Amino acid sequence: MTSTDQQPFLSVRDLKVHFSTEDGTVKAVDGLSFDVAKGKTLGIVGESGSGKSVTNLTILGLHDPAHTAIEGEILLDGENLLTASPRELERLRGNKMSMIFQDALASLSPYHTVGRQIAETYRKHTGASKKESRDRAIEMLRRVGIPQPDMRVDDYPHQFSGGMRQRAMIAMALVCDPELLIADEPTTALDVTVQAQIMDLLKDLQQEFGTAIIFITHDLGVIADIADDVLVMYGGRCVERGTKREVLRNPQHPYTLGLLSSMPSLEGPVDVPLSPIPGSPPSLLNPPSGCRFHPRCAFADKVSGGLCSTAQPALDVVDGRGSACHLTLDQRDEFFADFAVSRHN
Amino acid sequence: MFRFLVRRVFGALVILLIISAVTFWLFYAVPRDPATMSCGKNCTPDMLAQIRHNLGIDHPIPVQYWDWLKGIFVGRDYAGFGHCDAPCLGYSFANREPVLGTILDRLPLTLSLAFGSAVVFLVFGIGTGMLAAVKQGKWQDKVASSASLVASSGAWASGLLLPWLVLALIWTANYTRMTRSQLVETLSEDYVRTARAKGLSRANVFFRFAWRGAMGPIVTIFGIDLATLIGGAIITESVFSLQGVGRLAVQSVDKSDLPMLLGVTVLSAGAIVIFNIVVDAVYALIDPRIRLA
Repeated sequence: MTSTDQQPFLSVRDLKVHFSTEDGTVKAVDGLSFDVAKGKTLGIVGESGSGKSVTNLTILGLHDPAHTAIEGEILLDGENLLTASPRELERLRGNKMSMIFQDALASLSPYHTVGRQIAETYRKHTGASKKESRDRAIEMLRRVGIPQPDMRVDDYPHQFSGGMRQRAMIAMALVCDPELLIADEPTTALDVTVQAQIMDLLKDLQQEFGTAIIFITHDLGVIADIADDVLVMYGGRCVERGTKREVLRNPQHPYTLGLLSSMPSLEGPVDVPLSPIPGSPPSLLNPPSGCRFHPRCAFADKVSGGLCSTAQPALDVVDGRGSACHLTLDQRDEFFADFAVSRHN
Repeated sequence: MFRFLVRRVFGALVILLIISAVTFWLFYAVPRDPATMSCGKNCTPDMLAQIRHNLGIDHPIPVQYWDWLKGIFVGRDYAGFGHCDAPCLGYSFANREPVLGTILDRLPLTLSLAFGSAVVFLVFGIGTGMLAAVKQGKWQDKVASSASLVASSGAWASGLLLPWLVLALIWTANYTRMTRSQLVETLSEDYVRTARAKGLSRANVFFRFAWRGAMGPIVTIFGIDLATLIGGAIITESVFSLQGVGRLAVQSVDKSDLPMLLGVTVLSAGAIVIFNIVVDAVYALIDPRIRLA
């Protein structure tokens, strides 16, 4: 992940986010740690309900404080966000850290023009005049590739196409040149060509401003495109992390392996069947004992003493590389070899 | 917007035409003769005919209706009352006063009654609803929500308390619950979360985003409720012996006073239709996705 001589820009330490519901406590995030350096992109991968979105809403302080218990530490540029006052968080949100949401149609206000929604963020954080903010909104729309931005600035979101709305959302998130950008599946709802354009746009903006990006997705193809480092989440915990190359080329956790196997490869032979992961994501209300992945894991019986169903495997991280699995390294080399063969020949 | 107004005003006129025609027809469907009533005990057929002529009801019903309609636009000459300028709604059979003037005299009372209680229940209803929504699940919410329940069960006291206060109380309860449920919904909308993610203050997010979204349905319901409120004036004014338009309506039915009844009916129907047009226009102002056409 981060090299040792560099202070991480965002540092999340042993984060626990628990929701109290009528049925009991939902452990949405259960002991998560990671760092993101300036100018780098961390890809967070996982199924729905793995805790990836909750983690990022917590970073922004957008959780419901009445029903949420949070432990751990979130340091943004040395400042602990979990102890920051609401006013302080308001000052940071949309300014130093901002977020691109998944569903732009629902996430943009239907009652305000696109330009106004972008401009008011700028105005709030810079104190610029209405005119200056409007000009800034037009400039941002131009930068994200909206044609005729000086005309479209007064349109409402419903007058934009899906791709344009997502771009407007990005323009809004970037209007104050944030140093941390959280992108929650920003391209999931879009067709592939628009998706590629938006990914390029994010890369350009990152180069320009040195923004640290957290990219949340369940699409490993997108990760392969944009991420520097990858964090794989399962059931509210990190099961594997490392550089993009390490995780995608040499997965060390059966879950990561499963994700990769359920994705078609352009380089491999076409007749290799895709193998989806059996079963469904774990309940966070009553998580499985031991390793949370063991009920769905193809290798759980390979570990002696039924360890997988009784003991939670530790996540040992060396130089940013680590995985939480009871299998020995030799076992992994042996069992995961088939995957490597089908993948690379 | 212009096309919308033209279309709606035209529709409104058609509705008023139908309402007045039906009222006319219903009036004569009841076997009561206004001429006989004002003729008194020693009535001769000649006197009766003279009264009929004076009141302008000595023609077939369709002709009478046509005369009445024409009077609105060009004025009308009565044998008994002389000339009546347009817009002429005729003269009361009962007290021989011009209908329009009588209604206009009594209108302020009725309007203040309706709008006065509307202001009361809007302010209190929406206010407590907002409080309940912001403090969801906390004691403020529970107090506001249960108070609205108590208020709506306050109807039992209607014979004891000032009925219109009770009425306003019930409306308050409705609007509390409506406001709360609308706000609870919009507060969890994605665009409200986005507004917070931009760093906007809580109050800004609440009023400009969440409340903006909640307002539309409330305005719509209010448009419908206003009609009920004006209809409710009949009861309120009768109970308190207030000389408003509602009471006028009751009296005109009592006395078989066709011109007065028609005037009150058409004017209140007109008011309701206008409110509805205004409400739809306001809705379009609130929500730019609604297109008026």
